[in-house]
Amino acid sequence: MSGVAADRDVCVGAGMCVLTAPDLFDQDDEGLVVLIDESDPDPALTQRAVLLCPSGALRVTGN
Amino acid sequence: MGEVLTDRLPLFPFLSPGDDPFTPVTGADLRRLDGPVTRVKLPTGGWTWLVTRHRDVKQMLRSDAFSADAARPGFPLLRQSPPQSAEGRRGGFIRMDGEEHLRLRRMLTAEFMIKNIRRIEPLIGQVVDDALTAFQAGQRPADLVAGFALPVPSLVICHLLGVPYADHAFFQQRSVVLLDRSADPLAVRDAVAGLRSYLGRLIEDKRAGATPGDDLLGRLITERVRPGELEVGELIGMALLLLIAGHETTANMIGLSVLLLLQHPHVWERLRGDPAQADAVVEELLRYLTIVRQGLPRQAIRDVEVGGRRIRAGEPVTALLSLANRDADVFDDAEEFDPYREAHQHLAFGFGVHQCIGQPLARAELRIALTGLAARLPGLRLAADPADLPKRDNSIVYGLSELPVTW
Ligand code: HEM
Ligand code: SF4
Repeated sequence: MSGVAADRDVCVGAGMCVLTAPDLFDQDDEGLVVLIDESDPDPALTQRAVLLCPSGALRVTGN
Repeated sequence: MGEVLTDRLPLFPFLSPGDDPFTPVTGADLRRLDGPVTRVKLPTGGWTWLVTRHRDVKQMLRSDAFSADAARPGFPLLRQSPPQSAEGRRGGFIRMDGEEHLRLRRMLTAEFMIKNIRRIEPLIGQVVDDALTAFQAGQRPADLVAGFALPVPSLVICHLLGVPYADHAFFQQRSVVLLDRSADPLAVRDAVAGLRSYLGRLIEDKRAGATPGDDLLGRLITERVRPGELEVGELIGMALLLLIAGHETTANMIGLSVLLLLQHPHVWERLRGDPAQADAVVEELLRYLTIVRQGLPRQAIRDVEVGGRRIRAGEPVTALLSLANRDADVFDDAEEFDPYREAHQHLAFGFGVHQCIGQPLARAELRIALTGLAARLPGLRLAADPADLPKRDNSIVYGLSELPVTW
């Protein structure tokens, strides 16, 4: 199973992930990324969010 | 750094052809570029590495090998820096690195996130409607920049921050000076000082009140200044950055977008369609127009390789967003304005830790302003020769200073 991981220490809250995949990502009260769904239902969309994240906070995990 | 002979290097920044504001770099200037990472001469005398490919710009802006701190000796400057005190720079986190930058940026991220911007969309809609009503009631021809493109984002950012819009002439005049690289360094220093003392007084008034108010500055006073997490001098600098970035950018995007769309009448139809279509048009406008034309300046703080070039610690580097957004490896027919393309990879908002914090607001404003215009002024047309329109060639934020239209 592949999945997605988000590093909140790296996140700069630009919200590109929420714009790209609103069913996968959200931002908490501080504007930092939170994962709604770690199972990666749409790998192509996840990949797109990873590419677009400006800070490098997101990565694809698993095999 | 070693000696580099600057005499024969192409002079940066490049100018758009006088009659074509949509071509960021002329063919003649392009031909003088010696590879995707190449040296160019700066108007202040030195030189900078110019990074022009999409993937190199992304790598560079995401790397921690570069500093954004313009106070460092050797930083690539487009005008002589004014004799600015440390106080004059406080809170301006766009020019800070590392933890110092993150600390201030993170106090604002929640304010600008998509779900909070969605909440103020009705307000943006109201501002756009009122501005259009006033514009329609006025004389024709009329200047769309002064009558619509500038007041809409100004009113919105004033409302968000809690700054009285009645003072807009004061801060708009000074922000033009701040962004103008041909301005006299002393005039720049005075503009900064004037804006800082204006915002300082405003913040003191809010602090003196029983409730600082339910706006961004009021909230930061209650949640950060009062508990001792943020100093007033820092808040002033953050307010200054938001006030200027918040209206100059979107205003120039609206003006240039309208000029472009008047040449593509069928796109107005897309804007009158569903909002998802308008979103796609806005992304392509951001890519194609890339109003931060003079690129993003940085300085290498250690040796690093970008696009196959070795860049040494201390060397100046500039990420040219406008060319990265026309990179044929990423965008098919990159020189064409194509509102049907997938433009989401554009770098108009930058990349890395400084990527525009206001982008959800900018997207909402652009969508609502342009769809509003499309719906209410279907007969909109240019009332001047496009070649005669005054361009902001010397500004950090490119655009039109006037756009005469009629309908
Ligand atoms: C279409 C409109 C806009 C464009 C094209 C734009 C572009 C940019 C770019 C390219 C940067 C990166 C600067 C760098 O890395 O050196 C940036 C940063 C920034 N923008 Fe925007 N911007 C726009 C609208 C706004 C708005 C509406 C705001 C309002 C709040 C805003 C606030 C900021 C701030 C505060 C930063 C600094 C972020 C940081 O350093 O962490 N921008 N913008
Ligand atoms: S795109 Fe990256 S930096 Fe932006 S909110 Fe998502 S995880 Fe954070």
